[in-house]
Amino acid sequence: MAYSDKIVDHFQHPRNVGSMDANLNNVGTGIVGAPECGDVMKLQIKVDDEDRIVDAKFKTFGCGSAIASSSLATEWVKGRTLDEALELKNTDIVTELALPPVKIHCSVLAEDAVRAAIADVKKKKEQAAPAVAS
Amino acid sequence: MRSVYLDNNATTPVDPRVLEAMLPYFRENFGNAASRNHRFGWIAEEAVDKAREQVARVINANSKEIIWTSGSTEGNNTAILGVARMYADKGKHIITCKIEHKAVIDPCKFLESEGYEVTWLDPDDKGRVTVDQVREAMRDDTILVSLMFANNEIGTIHPIAEIGALCKERDVIFHTDATQAFGKVPIDVEAMGIDLLSMSAHKIYGPKGVGALYVRRKKPRVRLQPIIHGGGHERGMRSGTLNVPGIVGCGAAAETAMKEMPTENVRIGGLRDRLWAGLSEHLTDIHRNGDPQHCLPNTLNVSFLYVEGESLMMGFGDIAVSSGSACTSASLEPSYVLKGLGMGDDIAHSSIRFSLGRFTTKEDIDYTIEQAVKTVNHLREMSPLYEMAQQGIDLSKVEWQRH
Repeated sequence: MAYSDKIVDHFQHPRNVGSMDANLNNVGTGIVGAPECGDVMKLQIKVDDEDRIVDAKFKTFGCGSAIASSSLATEWVKGRTLDEALELKNTDIVTELALPPVKIHCSVLAEDAVRAAIADVKKKKEQAAPAVAS
Repeated sequence: MRSVYLDNNATTPVDPRVLEAMLPYFRENFGNAASRNHRFGWIAEEAVDKAREQVARVINANSKEIIWTSGSTEGNNTAILGVARMYADKGKHIITCKIEHKAVIDPCKFLESEGYEVTWLDPDDKGRVTVDQVREAMRDDTILVSLMFANNEIGTIHPIAEIGALCKERDVIFHTDATQAFGKVPIDVEAMGIDLLSMSAHKIYGPKGVGALYVRRKKPRVRLQPIIHGGGHERGMRSGTLNVPGIVGCGAAAETAMKEMPTENVRIGGLRDRLWAGLSEHLTDIHRNGDPQHCLPNTLNVSFLYVEGESLMMGFGDIAVSSGSACTSASLEPSYVLKGLGMGDDIAHSSIRFSLGRFTTKEDIDYTIEQAVKTVNHLREMSPLYEMAQQGIDLSKVEWQRH
């Protein structure tokens, strides 16, 4: 099975590899997958006061398709609001990277990671909100 | 990009000397070895007999004890199903191991469905079973022990001679799948008490689609119920017109392998050690799988912690290796062989098999070390597991979100 050029490009030149401080209130972290399943994705987003994603980082343990899926997801969520980012669908990743059927789970994982990061930052904001009000 | 082939346990290229020996048997000497009444047949039969002699010599057998097959899958099926059916009135118990090749596991499972009982031995963490384990598993109705000579994924060699001696003592037939060992390490069916042995030509620089099954003729005379019925070729154990060019290739490959074994083992073993030394010098957190004391000289199986096998292979570019991660196949299960050693799925997913061969050079190895080090470092930089391990987090205690 040959890899598409886009997968190879993301694999060799992954975008937005790295980590942000998960303790910050405007940083959301999503970690999905498990080592024994062969893939773990950590995806982080940083939002501004208008809930717009100003930065995104990822680290992935997994096959080339999993790495490419998460790399692409970080590119796509940057600049979107949290609600806009929720519209990201795994099928868009499948199409963009030309993932074969056996690799569709990689795109699902990337979507899950984005959703988990969004949920995390929303939760933090909700918890912080009363403090701001008082 | 440089191309390096380190997947010789999967298959090997045909050696030019082998190909040359085969060529006349496609056109000039095309006869059917079973044609007894003309020259074409005699020439073919003579070539087949010579090849039988060449294969027999590698394992100290008599040429009359060699049955031609299409390869080890057929050899293993013929041996296991053939013994089970022929000796069913004596007993219906078989002993084998969990990390055998599928060509042994599946016929044994098939026999279970037919009412036979199979004891599946657990190997130790290096992939070996002990003679005591086999002794404890033996029962009055045990008719067959089937254990591979050397494992295809990790190269571990079982204590074959001890197990063979036990089988002789208990009057149990001993089959060994020697696909990876034949022509690579010394084998003596007499000294090792082997009754049945399967081999494939394509693992030793011969053609694909041909192999041999050794079937002992004396002490004891092993009988097999055939799985392929027809013209009664091969002492009735495997009917079908002989693949003469393939068989000639198998014989030539066997002879070449035997002749070169002493020097090749030193050379290839040296390159394998060079590869391991190079990897361990430049990388932390890597494990060598298998048994370094009892191992094929050409095989090195390594776990590169915190990186996944398929991404490693992708980073290797045109270096052909094999991964313990089954992300490469349709199933998502990691290698059952590595899991059989008691290894966690996470580490099995991080494993790579390097299998060297006759055409592997020092330059190939040095290039492989360089690429492997570069790739592992690249992937660890983006590995969340590596990051967590560096922070001192115990990965086994993390609650993962399984999917």
